[in-house]
Amino acid sequence: MKAPPFSYARPRRLADVLSLLEKHGDEARLLAGGQTLLATLNMRLSEPSLLIDMQSVQELKGLSVTSNGLRIGAMVTHSEIESSGLVAQHAPLLGLAAPHIAHRAIRNLGTFGGSIAYGDPAAEWPACLLALDGMVIARSLQGERRIAALDFFTGLYTTELAANELIVACEIPVATPSQRFAFHELARRHGDYAVVGLAASAQWNDGELDQVRLAWIGVGNMPLRSSATEQILQGQCLSDALLAQALQTLRSELHAEADLTHSAAAKQHLAGVMLKRALNTLGRPRQLAENSNIV
Amino acid sequence: MTDQEQAPDDLATDARAVSITINGTCSQHHVQPRTHLVDFLREGLGLKGSHLGCEHGVCGACTVQLDGQVVRGCLVLAVQADGRSVNTIEGLSDSGAIRELQQAFVRHNALQCGFCTSGMLMAAHELLEKNPDANREQVREWISGNYCRCTGYQAIVDAICDVLASRKTAQREGAAA
Amino acid sequence: MNAPESRELRLALAVAAARAEAPHSPPADPVAAPLAAPLQDARHIGQAIPRPNIERLTQGRGQYVDDIELPRMAHVVFWRSPVAHARIRHIERDFARMMPGVLAVYDGKDLATICKPWVATLTHLAGIKSAPQYPMAIDRACWQGEPVVAVVAKTRAEAEDALQYVQVEWEALPAALDMNTALDPDTPVIHPELGDNLCFSRSLDTGGVDEAFARADVVAEATFDFGRHTGVTLEPRCQIADYNPASGQLTVYHSQQAPHMMQDLYARQFDLPESSVRVICKDVGGSFGIKVHAYPDDFATVAMSILLKRPVKFVADRLESFVSDIHAREHRIKGRIAVSKDGEILAFEIDDVTGIGPFSMFPRTSGIEGNQVVNLTGGPYKHKAYRATLKVVFLNKTPTCQYRGVGHPIACAVTEGLVDLAAAKLGMDPLELRKRNVIPDDAYPATGASGIKLEVLSHQACLRKMEALMDYPALLAEQQALRAKGIYRGIGFATLIELTNPGAAFYGVGGARISAQDGATARLEPGGGVAVMVSVGEQGQGSEAIFAQIAADAVGVPMSQVRLVTGDTETVPYGGGTWASRGAGIGGEAVLQAGLALRANILKVAEAILKREVQSLALLDGVVIDVATDEALLPLHELGRVAYYRPDTLPAGFTPELMVTRHYAQRDYPFIFTNGVQASYVEVDTETGFVKLLKHWAVEDCGRVINPMLVDEQIRGAIVQGIGGALFEECLYDDAGLMKNGSMADYLVPMAAEMPDIVVAHIETPTRSSMLGAKGAGEAGTAGAPGAVVNAINDALRPLRAEVWSQPVTPEKILRALGHI
Repeated sequence: MKAPPFSYARPRRLADVLSLLEKHGDEARLLAGGQTLLATLNMRLSEPSLLIDMQSVQELKGLSVTSNGLRIGAMVTHSEIESSGLVAQHAPLLGLAAPHIAHRAIRNLGTFGGSIAYGDPAAEWPACLLALDGMVIARSLQGERRIAALDFFTGLYTTELAANELIVACEIPVATPSQRFAFHELARRHGDYAVVGLAASAQWNDGELDQVRLAWIGVGNMPLRSSATEQILQGQCLSDALLAQALQTLRSELHAEADLTHSAAAKQHLAGVMLKRALNTLGRPRQLAENSNIV
Repeated sequence: MTDQEQAPDDLATDARAVSITINGTCSQHHVQPRTHLVDFLREGLGLKGSHLGCEHGVCGACTVQLDGQVVRGCLVLAVQADGRSVNTIEGLSDSGAIRELQQAFVRHNALQCGFCTSGMLMAAHELLEKNPDANREQVREWISGNYCRCTGYQAIVDAICDVLASRKTAQREGAAA
Repeated sequence: MNAPESRELRLALAVAAARAEAPHSPPADPVAAPLAAPLQDARHIGQAIPRPNIERLTQGRGQYVDDIELPRMAHVVFWRSPVAHARIRHIERDFARMMPGVLAVYDGKDLATICKPWVATLTHLAGIKSAPQYPMAIDRACWQGEPVVAVVAKTRAEAEDALQYVQVEWEALPAALDMNTALDPDTPVIHPELGDNLCFSRSLDTGGVDEAFARADVVAEATFDFGRHTGVTLEPRCQIADYNPASGQLTVYHSQQAPHMMQDLYARQFDLPESSVRVICKDVGGSFGIKVHAYPDDFATVAMSILLKRPVKFVADRLESFVSDIHAREHRIKGRIAVSKDGEILAFEIDDVTGIGPFSMFPRTSGIEGNQVVNLTGGPYKHKAYRATLKVVFLNKTPTCQYRGVGHPIACAVTEGLVDLAAAKLGMDPLELRKRNVIPDDAYPATGASGIKLEVLSHQACLRKMEALMDYPALLAEQQALRAKGIYRGIGFATLIELTNPGAAFYGVGGARISAQDGATARLEPGGGVAVMVSVGEQGQGSEAIFAQIAADAVGVPMSQVRLVTGDTETVPYGGGTWASRGAGIGGEAVLQAGLALRANILKVAEAILKREVQSLALLDGVVIDVATDEALLPLHELGRVAYYRPDTLPAGFTPELMVTRHYAQRDYPFIFTNGVQASYVEVDTETGFVKLLKHWAVEDCGRVINPMLVDEQIRGAIVQGIGGALFEECLYDDAGLMKNGSMADYLVPMAAEMPDIVVAHIETPTRSSMLGAKGAGEAGTAGAPGAVVNAINDALRPLRAEVWSQPVTPEKILRALGHI
């Protein structure tokens, strides 16, 4: 369908974006990559009065390494992340996830910040941010604040962002030598939203798993971690018994919801399979891990 | 206009002046903010080669190039392209940029009704640039964002692999020379 | 010396005599039977020549309906029923009328003043009943998506803006949503005047069925479910209706498969003279049967053009396509097979219930699909005992009708599933069981248990070829080895028959004005080119290419000299169009005959010009030559110059006739059946229920293959389309009868990454019903793919004592079958 009528602004300065956002509140939408917003408008599911295009705001671009870690500007595209040497070196989990995100044409425009702000439980970046203990840098006319990923996603398509706030960047601690990553996703077709997916990281110290992060895709009504299961694994070496215990804990803490073709029971089951596969990657012996900490 | 002054009425929905380089030629137009790029190309400029199959951003029939990268033309507003460059199938075709691909498509019968073909060629063209070493499985993954109901995809994959292979051969021969 | 006319006659008689010989003896290792003279020098027929005239499609220079702009053209959008069943109480149009750009807002009553209602029944489907249907609903909407109000504006966007201001007061009515309970006393009867929700029913019983089951050593049975799904043509349905009030001429640019049928229907429904209606089909962006039906939207758009006296364009939005394109294939079939311990199939029995929409679809009816399931189940096999019952029931869901394969995918999946179940119970190899039971290649002509007449098939040859092609023993060994490691792969077969080249039996006998014959006109241009106008159109399958190949050989000119004209009722002969895999066989034969006739007439002109006996002349590559010496005597451009511009130099009483038309109808059989076998190799991840398609094979006998590349690509496309229904595609509904997944994001069509490479091979057993010998090939791929894939999945699961007979086979269903959930 054709989108309903709206107005359009393309400020160059972040302050102007924030002013417009403050002024028009609910009537305005931020236009980042537009890959979600414009599809919504094309289906007339939403009728904002004003789109604020952020493509000309330099401050929102760029990938760099700072003292806080890898800084990803809100307007960095999925394709840029996919092909970035900095990402490959410092946050390889993102490189594992990127090819699963839709298709090339979408990735060329879709943005990291846009994905985080939307907070889709079936999307890859929110889960990755959780798995990497990332930080969201939010700005409003009142100032800037830093929100930990764990505190950022609060409900179905709902985040900590206030109505007059936008994401300027996200920061991700750089990968340490002992850190391992796993990304597993089940989708009916390549590029589809996940049926169930898992973005995971852990420190591996001679077989002992430390600081395990298990961030789920397509399971709950928001991006989430299974912290009780993480706790079970903390400081442990992988074994059949540990796996069984982890699966049991997962089963009780994860409340999967059905989707169009998969029952809640199926999702629960598939989550268990994803956990098993991810742990096999995270916990495998050193020889197999040489030259690669990725699945 | 590339430097957005705040209009007296921030919420005016009427047409804006834009300056877009289309298939190499820069021109000025007036277009409503809500008009997506493919509607602008088709209805505003009469460039009918880009097609609409869903307007959800899923089928890929609308794939065009924005600043040299493939995008879903239905998920880009024409006003977003102000000051930027757009290439369509007509442009890539007339410039000869996709001639090898077009010939391979005809040779392999990689098109039947032709409705997906514009988008498919745009996507394939970017693959040749970005991943000239792609294997068959990678080709399938790359084009998995373009829906084709007629061919079952195999002939399209064959055509693209054919061009990948002949480019590699040409490269080897060029290097050997 | 014989006069030229006699020579043609002798040739025709020789061909007819060859045809009359019976029985048909199959070739031992069939290669293409040589074409009858005078086509022995066939340079193009049988060659894998790339399609001419498709470069423009690679350049974005096609001409699809939405590319066409006409002066003062307006755009229509429809307010469609948001619920499955509703009484329309009141429509408030004034607000919508005030919106910018709006030209008119119409309701069903407005359109009914100039367009008659229709009832989609055919007399040869005994007892079929349906209710009158109007271009837009009046008083009551019977399915989610039924058009109720139309807004016409200068642009689509403005029409959609105005649509939001149309206010419809409606009241939901109880709906019939479940085909299994549609005939229960508690279920609302959608059309009370019809008495019940039964559209059509049929029973077939050969007799001896109970005895066969009683004496069988093995009986296998299952309930087979097929999910309703739809075609999803990439180019949505679209048309431009252009009524000229001054001339009374209606021109409709239509993305359609049967322009003459639509011409007839528009004339009838609007009381216009047939000669005042012109339907033009240019490039069509995919059809597959979705675009062979006459939709209420089609008549509504025409009506509005007549009322507004200006062109009106309708392009279905994708969201509206999902609820307004025809759906198909919603069946539940209980099936049984009776087999002796030696592996002889004794009987099949099926009980089929299928849920259609609230109206039978116009004009081909919604009874055909179920009817074909009855006709085709068990088709490849030589058993004699068969019983089938069919109930086609009305539901408050989107109307259903013919979609690629039409009943074949279902009949084949049921048949082949039962064969596999029997093989498993017998402990016999499934390929072996098939080999023992297919109708032998030397048994033709034959009649199937359901009464279908089979001219000549090659099941045995195809099975042998398949076994070698896929290296069955190697695959079995690989499967075994991997099973030991806990990797579950499956091999599945589907033997199939597919009806093609229908005679008038299909629709004509039932009273539908759907032509079973087609025509081709071949004209020599003064410059030596040949223009060929054909009543079968191009849908992307390559009709124009194969017609060019046939014409080139028939006339004797290079293919580059042949130009095709199709799709315009004004300029092509009257015919049936593209459906039921008839384009190559029927359209091709008309082209062949027209080409041969033109050649004969060309040589008569050459005789007059050269003053040499016509028997001493031949036409080769666009040049008249001496038959004996191959000496070039007269190029066609010179012949054309003389014939058209210098008749003064020709003998008195002689007039060149360089434009000839020939028609052809297939009249030997109700249908010319084809046959084939497909095989699927899959791996099932038994932890997740996900299925990976490793490879697919198809051996197909579609008679003479005119262009192997085009046929192979048709088969591949058709197979992938069948895989869609087997694994991915289903229209999902909530309890209120609302479609839950009517968007491209949620309705899953096959995309490239999940599809296998498909190996295609051919056996060629030409039909004798035509000189060309070509049967149809467009649908067989879809017929066999679901059966083969589902059989492969069940073969993979068999060691784990799990099975799934419900399509689409989803991870959910596999996980349940495995007991994981």
